[in-house]
Amino acid sequence: MLQGIAEAFYLILTFDPKLWEIVLLSMTVSGLAVVLGALVGIPLGAYLGLKPERQTRLVSKLLYTLMGLPPVVAGLIIYLLLSRSGPLGVLELLYTPTAMIIAQFVLALPIIAGLTMIGIRSRGQEVQETARTLGAGRFLTAWTVVRESRIAIFGAVITGLGRVIAEVGAVMMVGGNIEGVTRVMTTAIVLETGRRNFELALGLGMVLLVLSFIINSLLYNFQGGGRNGGG
Amino acid sequence: MAGNRFVLEIKNLSKAYDDKEVLNIEQLSFRQGKIYGIIGPSGAGKSTFLRLANLLEAPTGGVVNIHGKRAFPNGADAFRLQREMTLVFQKPLLFKASVKDNVAYGLKARGYPREEIQKRVKALLQKMGLNQLAERRADTLSGGEGQRVALARAVAFEPSLLLLDEPTANLDPSNVELIEELILDLNRSAGITIIIVTHNVFQAERIAHQVLFFFEGQVVEVGETEQIFQEPRDPRTKAFIEGKMIY
Repeated sequence: MLQGIAEAFYLILTFDPKLWEIVLLSMTVSGLAVVLGALVGIPLGAYLGLKPERQTRLVSKLLYTLMGLPPVVAGLIIYLLLSRSGPLGVLELLYTPTAMIIAQFVLALPIIAGLTMIGIRSRGQEVQETARTLGAGRFLTAWTVVRESRIAIFGAVITGLGRVIAEVGAVMMVGGNIEGVTRVMTTAIVLETGRRNFELALGLGMVLLVLSFIINSLLYNFQGGGRNGGG
Repeated sequence: MAGNRFVLEIKNLSKAYDDKEVLNIEQLSFRQGKIYGIIGPSGAGKSTFLRLANLLEAPTGGVVNIHGKRAFPNGADAFRLQREMTLVFQKPLLFKASVKDNVAYGLKARGYPREEIQKRVKALLQKMGLNQLAERRADTLSGGEGQRVALARAVAFEPSLLLLDEPTANLDPSNVELIEELILDLNRSAGITIIIVTHNVFQAERIAHQVLFFFEGQVVEVGETEQIFQEPRDPRTKAFIEGKMIY
């Protein structure tokens, strides 16, 4: 075990190309999925957050349900859509990083939209009315609401990233874990563990943990070191 | 400064929430350059009136005229008419930005040039005794400081009508005095029409030219401040200003 950890450190510190290729692809796939999720999820969450609650009950329930969507279910749906006989099979996206981005986007979107909606709902109405009393037009009002809820929104994005970077089920199903093409950290850990190649699996696990630590530290600092967790 | 033109006119204004009527006003007119004090017990419809006057909500029925123009909340004209006035809430929300950025907000919204914004903000902060706090995060200020920032932010773009909802509630006496002085000064120097809702009848007596007594969603009495306090016509007004009304 200790030898395995030492060798894992060696792989990380010597910038083992195989390991870093996997890390880079993981970050690219999850990063792009979250950026797309934020581009759609933040405006969607802001819109829902500013609507009266009674008008968005059904959508809210749906979003909350999708926030807990099991990755394998998301993977299965995307797989069926992208498979050769599926409605989007003609695009030939299955077992490509694009398919993995789509799957992770589906996982990140409800989280980002749902948490943005909750954050904006907490004081969005008040911000909106204040902006209106000061003569702000629609665009400035919307921008002010988003700006005032930035901590909650940032938290939503980081939570979305944390969710997708650590998931294995969806990317395994739609990516196929092809070496050099669709192999990411989580799928590689599963594979290397199966091969009893614990050094690489541990090294990848450590990088994953460090990334998770960096993400959470960013969130903690942005929220004012725990002093100001509000939206 | 008081003129004969009406800044705000109300006709048959009503508002109901879930079939419960909370406001019903037959007719009211507010002249340019005057300070109006609205007093009345809790639930009298005072804050609802301000929200309707500021076009933040649509009335259930009736008409709101701003500078003689009929205002339809959420209508095409509402935005332009809404920009003629502003409302400062009892607990004003200050944006998570510096004091000077808060004060500049309405000016930026109206597309003022940067130099003009800087000039106006600087002068206002000086006037409000806030220049030492210009760079401070507005959401970290004390109640009195925050209320002054909200007031500065509201008048920076020189609205013709300033609506104040309990601007001195929960403030200590020195801050109350300071805010009242600022309100009087804004009225005298800029000729801004001010409608102030207050629980404090003495405050209305101190600063208002005219007083309106609201009770159970209706305007019971309107008159010159002296008349309302010396010779109230309605027994309910008398009971309220003498502190004998149980509510």
